[in-house]
Amino acid sequence: MIITCPYCGPRDLSEFAYQGDGNRKRPDQASTNQKAWNAYVYDRLNPAGEHNEIWQHAGGCRRHLAVTRNTLTHAISKVAFAAAAGPKRSAARRKQGKAG
Amino acid sequence: MREYSALSLIRNAFNGNRDWQPVWRKPDPKPAYDVIIVGGGGHGLSTAYYLAKEHGITNVAIVEKGWLGSGNVGRNTTAVRSNYLLPENNRFYEHSMDLWEDLSHELNYNVMFSQRGCLNLAHTPAQLDDYARRGNALRHEGIDSELMTPSEIAREVPVLDMSRTARFPIVGGLMQRSAGTARHDAVAWGYARGADRLGVDIIENCEVTGFLRDGDRITGVQTSRGEIRAAKVAVAVAGHTGPVMKLAGIDRLPIESQVLQAFVTESLKPFLDTVLTFGMGHFYVAQSDKGGLIYGGALDGYNSYAQRGNLPLVEEVMSEMLALFPSLASVRVLRSWGGVTDMSMDGSPIITTGPLPGMYLNCGWCYGGFKATPASGWCFAHTIARDEPHPLNAAFTLDRFYRGAVIDDKGQGATPNLH
Repeated sequence: MIITCPYCGPRDLSEFAYQGDGNRKRPDQASTNQKAWNAYVYDRLNPAGEHNEIWQHAGGCRRHLAVTRNTLTHAISKVAFAAAAGPKRSAARRKQGKAG
Repeated sequence: MREYSALSLIRNAFNGNRDWQPVWRKPDPKPAYDVIIVGGGGHGLSTAYYLAKEHGITNVAIVEKGWLGSGNVGRNTTAVRSNYLLPENNRFYEHSMDLWEDLSHELNYNVMFSQRGCLNLAHTPAQLDDYARRGNALRHEGIDSELMTPSEIAREVPVLDMSRTARFPIVGGLMQRSAGTARHDAVAWGYARGADRLGVDIIENCEVTGFLRDGDRITGVQTSRGEIRAAKVAVAVAGHTGPVMKLAGIDRLPIESQVLQAFVTESLKPFLDTVLTFGMGHFYVAQSDKGGLIYGGALDGYNSYAQRGNLPLVEEVMSEMLALFPSLASVRVLRSWGGVTDMSMDGSPIITTGPLPGMYLNCGWCYGGFKATPASGWCFAHTIARDEPHPLNAAFTLDRFYRGAVIDDKGQGATPNLH
């Protein structure tokens, strides 16, 4: 399997670390909704077909990638930086004048 | 159907093997049953057998989308052991071991269960301490387990390089002598024959395409061979739990399907008479009665339903084998293959009523389902027949993840690719 990293180009599977299901939504840090946290930690969509998932280019640029891959054929239809898809927490914190 | 015996073997040897009967019938599905079991793998077949034998429920259908033994029961590396750490797992797997020990007699079918032992090698003092802890946990439950010194290992497994100059020197090991291997296909066929003889209908090439419902309650299945109704529908489809449960409207479960690969080499003269696990990586090996080495390693590590594996993992497994046995470098690999495993979020199985009324679920076997085949079916049959779990599977619920009652033998957390 070859994943085309938007930064480094096409690279072999062995350079990437799997970070799992990209469909999960992390509840707000302040949330005390136990159901939502349970679902985030334990529940998986686990489809046979197109799957949104997170990979890290651990042996390359180390960016996290949002990959859409078919779990039956391993065909990859989409790769993007995961940061662009998710909430930009660090940017929001910077605006508030906090570190990180 | 006739009993198998030494006499029947001799008779057939002299008459050109003309007298053998088909091992199970090929019935057409009836419109309704008391229980439908989805999935004709090892666990589905043993569930049907114990439903009929232990609970007298014989009006049972097993629906299987392919042929018997086409899934994980025919793809595993055949090891049978009960050396876990946590009491829930230890008790369950030891019950399985008890059933294994009498299985060939009980089924009148030779499953070639061979208690050749399973030795976990330790390569650091810390790892040996950890094995001692596990050994103590096992002995506390009355399960056999033995901590071995390097000289004892050298005597029992002479092929190992026990010197300090080995790539990963061996400092000791944990042995379970009652562990071993079984012929995996024979387990499927033996349970199929046993269930069939008690009246269970095994319906092959019959894919479930949907569930029949009355409100929330499941009342049967739609299949490629028509509708079949039953008051109780049990699902035991291992790696395909996700897609099958989706047909019932359950789209999220604490399960990820991933691929585990296995390998077999050309036949070698007998040199390894125990199941070995390597401690400096994820690698296990046994030598079959035909002489081939059957071995495997870690999961490919990401969601997959492909039933075939990737090359980086092949390279890793081969390198682990050569780290342990440099002398095998010129041995040729005959075949490699992959199976879809149902990785649960804590590495332990789920055998439970629900999650919908009229439904029963058996899944989450990770890559340890084969050894569990007898106890899984035994406990699942009890759960289906009585509508409540047996004490041996009472902890293996679906809601344990949400109650903080996970059974995480490895202490790995919700990382299914690492269990």
